[in-house]
Amino acid sequence: MLKKRLIPVLLLKNGLLVRSELFRIHQVIGDPVYEVKRFNEWNVDELFYLDITKDDQYDLRRNDHKVKGLDTPLLILDAVSQTCFMPLTWGGRIRTIDDMHQCFSRGADKIAINTAAFRSPELINQSAKLFGSQAIVVSIDVFRHIDGRTEVLVDRGCTPTGLTPEHWAREVEQRGAGEILLQSIDRDGTGRGYDLDLIGAVSSATSIPVVACGGVGRYEDYADGIRAGASAVAAANIWHFKEMSDRNGKRALAKAGIEVRL
Amino acid sequence: MKLVIVDYGMGNLQSVANAFRAVGCVPEISRNPQDLKMADGIVLPGVGAFGDGLKKLRVEGWIDVLGEEVRHKNKPFLGLCLGMQLLGTTSTEHSLHAGLNWISGRVERIRSDDPAIRVPHIGWNDVSFTKKNGLYSGLGDSQAFYFMHSYVLYPEDPTVISGLCSHGIEFCASIEKENIWATQYHPEKSQKAGLRVLQNFLDMSR
Repeated sequence: MLKKRLIPVLLLKNGLLVRSELFRIHQVIGDPVYEVKRFNEWNVDELFYLDITKDDQYDLRRNDHKVKGLDTPLLILDAVSQTCFMPLTWGGRIRTIDDMHQCFSRGADKIAINTAAFRSPELINQSAKLFGSQAIVVSIDVFRHIDGRTEVLVDRGCTPTGLTPEHWAREVEQRGAGEILLQSIDRDGTGRGYDLDLIGAVSSATSIPVVACGGVGRYEDYADGIRAGASAVAAANIWHFKEMSDRNGKRALAKAGIEVRL
Repeated sequence: MKLVIVDYGMGNLQSVANAFRAVGCVPEISRNPQDLKMADGIVLPGVGAFGDGLKKLRVEGWIDVLGEEVRHKNKPFLGLCLGMQLLGTTSTEHSLHAGLNWISGRVERIRSDDPAIRVPHIGWNDVSFTKKNGLYSGLGDSQAFYFMHSYVLYPEDPTVISGLCSHGIEFCASIEKENIWATQYHPEKSQKAGLRVLQNFLDMSR
């Protein structure tokens, strides 16, 4: 039986690893390659690596922030793929088929697109035809408004689209996406648990795997995400700030009766 | 020994090479079909669509050399993911395509009416071994490997199947036929169990 996956998400900004809160606050927490080695040694199920650097903005106070375009992150990808015998999904600032070629040839198994998929949805069709659906993840960032309405946002959570997540998820599936990374903006970094209604709505609207992300504060939150309909549960912060985060996360899932790879 | 990884422009060759390096063999990634003549073992990886894959093999001149070295000279061969599917007779991915026909069988999309069975089949799934030596030497009766695919190869002759997996349907996870081995999953991404599969392939190629 296919096992439910537990996935650490690493966030890269200006070439450094960061933690994120509400998509706005980013604190530097470490070395981008060392963390991957650690996860590889822990034998984790797979890894998502997202570069959230803004295309046109650099931190001018620091002279080590020289990241421009995809080049520097790709050097990190080179280093990462040499130590990583687990599946790796690379996302962030991928705009063209050529960017994707670069990522795959350097060792990514899947690529994740978000804003580019919204701006030119045809990119999903082209990439799925070229690389196969199984290699194309569409990342969907969702904001829940005060009245409970959900809306897809792009540009790292800055630009509203007017689309509901269910509608957009169905469209990306029809265009050939093989997986959805579903992120809740208003739960990001809060530790309040996943947005379970959102996960339920998007997984029932589609028949491709949904990876839930955003809000995990306790290991018990993972099982709720799976029960709500996710095929895999992802988190970022909890992997950095707790001991034995893979072992304990898996144990909590197994204890809840969910089949995982131990 | 000299291990050659066929680079026909389909996918993630660096990961496959890195994994072989981790088990003590430095492979050569080659764009030149003539390199297969000097090879002791041949690896055909591949990510992407069936039709494109076969077209690239043909246009770049791999098909005849592969046939000569693997089918006639019986060199050890390992196909990975798309590299396994391409061995079949036909595929229905996007439209009907002819394959290499080394293993009689059809490549078809995974179908299921169960909404819990999501396609693509992505993640770790158990493979139960029907041939316990070969690639699975030292790995017991079953192991979890990482899968990432929507299509599967259904061989006509069930005796070529060396491992079975289930996702809505039971399907062939790996093949062993004389000097031809192939896996639908990605051993290069399956941590320790996957590295052992590659190690076993090397041991059989020596």
